[in-house]
Amino acid sequence: MGTRLNVLMHDMVPKHQIMENEEVSKLLSDYNITIEQLPKIYHDDPIVKAVEALPGTVLRITRKSHTAGEAESYRLVVRRPKK
Amino acid sequence: MSEKYIERLESFSLPETIHDLITEWLSGKEVEEDVFTRILDRICRINDAHLPVKTHDQLISLLLKKEDQDNPVTDEQFDEILTRVIKEYGLTRIEPCEAVGIIAAQSIGEPGTQMTMRTFHYAGVAEINVTLGLPRLIEIMDARKEPSTPTMTIYLEDGFREDRDRAREVSWDVEASPLHEFGDIVTDMENMRVIVTLNKAVCDKRRIKISEILERAPAKIRERRHYRDFEFEVNEAEGIIRFIPKDQLSYQNLFQLVEHVRNVIVQGIDDIQRVVVRKESGEYILYTEGSNLKDVFEVEGVDTTRTRTNNINEISHILGIEAARNAIIHEANSTLREQGIGVDVRHIMLVADMMCMDGEVKQIGRHGIAGEKESVLSRAAFEVTVNHLLDASIAHEHDVLCGVTENVIVGQPIQLGTGDVRLVVRPMNNITRTGEN
Repeated sequence: MGTRLNVLMHDMVPKHQIMENEEVSKLLSDYNITIEQLPKIYHDDPIVKAVEALPGTVLRITRKSHTAGEAESYRLVVRRPKK
Repeated sequence: MSEKYIERLESFSLPETIHDLITEWLSGKEVEEDVFTRILDRICRINDAHLPVKTHDQLISLLLKKEDQDNPVTDEQFDEILTRVIKEYGLTRIEPCEAVGIIAAQSIGEPGTQMTMRTFHYAGVAEINVTLGLPRLIEIMDARKEPSTPTMTIYLEDGFREDRDRAREVSWDVEASPLHEFGDIVTDMENMRVIVTLNKAVCDKRRIKISEILERAPAKIRERRHYRDFEFEVNEAEGIIRFIPKDQLSYQNLFQLVEHVRNVIVQGIDDIQRVVVRKESGEYILYTEGSNLKDVFEVEGVDTTRTRTNNINEISHILGIEAARNAIIHEANSTLREQGIGVDVRHIMLVADMMCMDGEVKQIGRHGIAGEKESVLSRAAFEVTVNHLLDASIAHEHDVLCGVTENVIVGQPIQLGTGDVRLVVRPMNNITRTGEN
């Protein structure tokens, strides 16, 4: 049929970017955390598929925030655990 | 004229949003030198106050609006406004080591008690029933797989949204229509068969070919309704289809067949029971009862960037976890606002962040966030105490006593507020040291 859905274009979906390794290590040292402490996103999430990120990479998410105008957030791509 | 001002503006390196506001204001009008200086001075003072983006944007646009109305804010007024805004902002800031979670819980919980327990009356746009109030809030926090009243708001693409007839066409493709809406269905008891005569006018109006219906009806009875004990004959020229039950002796089978034939969905999306077309702020929007995001996105004319549903679980599957987080915030916020209850959006954002932390939408209760805590005592303190303690002892679990709840239980200082601060004293100019001597 006619229209094809592009999930990245939807209003509710914020901007997702794959982060470089150097950026990730800077992020982790800035916050003094380990990579497992980041929020997660599953590898079969439609957005992860759309930006073609592999498990283990970190995504930078630029949200439109209600309070701060624009806010950055990060998620680590992990495999969905088997139930 | 305005180029000169813009050049001066650049030298201040203001944030982008402020910069845009001023350049927009400057364009297409003559501004006096002293007016511009005054405005610029004030804007710099607002910028220096480090307020949230939204607050300073609002302040500046109000300031510029007053200027446009030839009723500029005086210096004293401006001082008063700015001091009070800064003071008010200072009050809303959170201090280090503050327990934000418990504040969020109370801030949502207390207004929750004020919502009447039985808000089962429905209200909403155009005859579509939507659960509101406390039941809806509970639904969101419990992360139910399916809301009790799923509904979608379908926006249309350019070329469809301005035209009532074209909007209606899209609605035919969306709304589930059973076969009996397209023609007459007669039960021929003498010859044990069901005869469907399609009405060409209706089919034309709904933009569906007779051949399409004739092909789809029997296939869908078999696949969707799982009823296979029949055969059929098609007469495409006259738009007639005859269904013959396999068991020629049982009237019960015949009547069963009639039910299936009447109600088989031949046009539209199965999950969407009803569609209402409404005009809102200059464009036609479809409101639906029932929700199926994936199939609706496939329909021609649907705007795939704005269309949304109130089924959060569905959003997380189709648009991802971040979209689900946004949907939780939006749904919870509008549910509370509808009841005339103002809850700061930051509390709701915190709840939504917690729910979406691990890559899927989790409920707040014992099957979600509260039930997956590391600490045994913390889990036991919430609900089903004995089960948790029993399971933990069987599994030989340890509790490292890091969190708040478990330390309250064992009577140790907790890591919140002053309890989380370790003081380090740096001697001033070595005076203390020599004094001790």
